[in-house]
Amino acid sequence: MKKIFSPFRLLIVSALAMLSLMAHAQLSIEITGAGATRFPVAIPVFENEGSLPRGVTDVVRADLERSGLFSLVDLGLTALPVTIAPDLPGLRGRGADAVLTGSVYQQGDGRFEVRFRLFDTQKQTELGGLTMRMAPAQNRAIGHRIADFVYEKLTGQPGYFATRIAYVVKSGPRYELQVADADGMNAQTALASREPIISPAWAPDGQRLAYVSFEAKKPVVYVHTLATGQRQVVANFKGSNSAPAWAPDGQRLAVVLTKDGQSQLYILNADGSGVRRMATSSGIDTEPAWSPDGQWIYFTSDRGGSAQIYRISAGGGSAQRVTFEGTYNVTPRLSPDGATLAFVTRNSGRFQVAVMDIATRQTTILTDSARDESPSFAPNGRMILYATESGGRGVLAAVSSDGRVKQRLTVQAADVREPSWGPLAR
Amino acid sequence: MKKLVLPAILSALLAACSSTGTFDQKTDGSAVEDRSKSSTGAGVTTVTAPTAAGSGIAALTDPNNILSKRSVMFDFDSYVINDDFRPLVEAHARFLVQNPTMKMLIQGNADERGSREYNLALGQKRADAVRKSLTLLGAKEAQIESVSLGEEKPRCSESTESCFAQNRRGDMLYSGEF
Repeated sequence: MKKIFSPFRLLIVSALAMLSLMAHAQLSIEITGAGATRFPVAIPVFENEGSLPRGVTDVVRADLERSGLFSLVDLGLTALPVTIAPDLPGLRGRGADAVLTGSVYQQGDGRFEVRFRLFDTQKQTELGGLTMRMAPAQNRAIGHRIADFVYEKLTGQPGYFATRIAYVVKSGPRYELQVADADGMNAQTALASREPIISPAWAPDGQRLAYVSFEAKKPVVYVHTLATGQRQVVANFKGSNSAPAWAPDGQRLAVVLTKDGQSQLYILNADGSGVRRMATSSGIDTEPAWSPDGQWIYFTSDRGGSAQIYRISAGGGSAQRVTFEGTYNVTPRLSPDGATLAFVTRNSGRFQVAVMDIATRQTTILTDSARDESPSFAPNGRMILYATESGGRGVLAAVSSDGRVKQRLTVQAADVREPSWGPLAR
Repeated sequence: MKKLVLPAILSALLAACSSTGTFDQKTDGSAVEDRSKSSTGAGVTTVTAPTAAGSGIAALTDPNNILSKRSVMFDFDSYVINDDFRPLVEAHARFLVQNPTMKMLIQGNADERGSREYNLALGQKRADAVRKSLTLLGAKEAQIESVSLGEEKPRCSESTESCFAQNRRGDMLYSGEF
C-alpha cells in the first residue's frame, strides 16, 4: 500500500526541472495603489552607464517607484557624476528631497565598478554611498542592492528588492515551482510536474524550499536545494503530509501529518528524522507558522467548531485561541518582527487578507478582493504578497501592511498561486 | 503489486474530465443516478476465494457492477457518508474482505473555496470517513490508505455550487490504479 518514492520518478522530475530552466514566463507588475505621501527622489542616469550592456539606473528607479513609497523627480537626461558635489539647494528647488548620483567605470578585466552616493537635499548632507564591482550581466542584482541602500537610508527599514519569491504556475496540466527576483524578473523553474505542487516555504538560509508535491498521488513533503536541484523526501508517512513551516533556526520543520488520525501538527528535523507530535486535538490542526523568535507556533484549527487561528508554545502546552471574529480565519503568517499576524479571513463570503496587531488584537482587512490566499510577508515586513484571482485566473498581488500600496503580478496565460517571499540575502 | 490496465483508463477519463472543466457522469463511472440500477450488481459478492481474484478484478471495471463506481459524494461542510452511498461502500468493503491482497487508496477532495492547506485537511476528513466505514465493515486497516488531494484535483473547475458539490468527494482506487 505505501507508495515508496521511486528513484526513477525522481529522475524524470529532475530532468524536467533542468529542461524547463530555459522556458519561463515573466511576471509583470502593475501598481494599483500607492502611499498617501511619496518621498520625491531624483535618480539621474549613472554617468557612463552606456558602457554596460544593460543599465543599472532603470532597475533602481523601478524598484523604488514600485514600492509605492517614492516618486521619481525627472531631471531629463542630465547625469550627475559621483565625483561631483551636486547642487543640493538647486535639486531641492526642483522638488527632490533626495538625490542619488552614480558613475560606472569599466575595468581592465571586463568587469565594471559602480560607485554611488545618496544626498539629503533638505538637510544638505550626504547619507552615504558604496563602490561595487560587477560582471556585465549583474546589472539587475546590483540595481536591487542600490535600491535597497536608498530604501534603508530614507525609510529606516531594510529594503527587499534583492530578495527572491517562489510561487507555483499552472499552465494546462503542467505545474511549475518557480523562483524569481522580487520584481518578478529572472524567473527560473525549480521543479516541473504533472501533479500539483503547493505550500512552498523558504528556509531561513534562502537556499532551500520545502513544499508539498502530489507526484506520488498523495501529498508528500520535500526539501529542495535550489543551487543543486537536489530533492529530499522529508515526510512521506501513511496518509497525507503537508504544510511545511521552517523553524527560525533552519534545522527543523513543523508539518501536518495524518499518520495517527486527523490532520495534526508534528515537528521533524530538516532531513526528515526525529518526528515528534507537537499537539493533540480532536479536530483539524494545520497551517503551522513559527513566530520569528521561535517561541510560538501559530496554526489553523477547527477544534472550537469553526476554522480559527490558535497558537501553542513551541515547547508544547495548551493552545491559545488568537482570532475570534467571524467563522473562518486561516493561514496565519507572522511579520518578521513578530508584532503582526497576517491571515485570510472570510468576510461576507469573500476571502480577504487581514492583519492583526498581536499586542492589541486590533484587526484590519487590507484587501477588497474575494479570493485571497497564502499571504507572505516581505522580509522587512512592509509588504504582504498573496494569491488572488483576477479575470478568472490566479494572480499574485502585494499589499503594504498599512493597506495603502497595492500591486498585481501576472503571468500571461497561466494561473499563478502559492507565493512565498524569501528571506533577505546574506 | 498487481497491475491493472483498465482502471488506468478510468483514471485517465477522470483526469481528462478535470482538465476540461466539464463533467460527464457517464464517462467517469461515478454516476449518482446509476446507483439503484447498479446496486443490483451487488451479486458480485459471489467473488470467491482470494486466489480467484481475477474475476473480482474484472468486476472493478465492469460498468454494470457497483464496484466500478468509486466516488462517495459529500454534502457541504459534511464528512458523514450519506445513506445513498452506503450500498457502494458496503460493496467495496466486501470486495476488500474477499480480496485481502488488494489494497486501496482513498483520495479525499474538497471544493476550491478558502485555504488550500485547510481544504487538504477537509479532504482528508472525507477520505477518513470512507476508510472508517470500510474497516467497520471488515476491511483491514493495512489494506487501505486514506489521503487528501484537497482542492488540487477538481473534477469540475467552475466556481458554481453544482461544481463545488462534485468536488466534495472521496475516490476509491485499487492497486494498480495509483
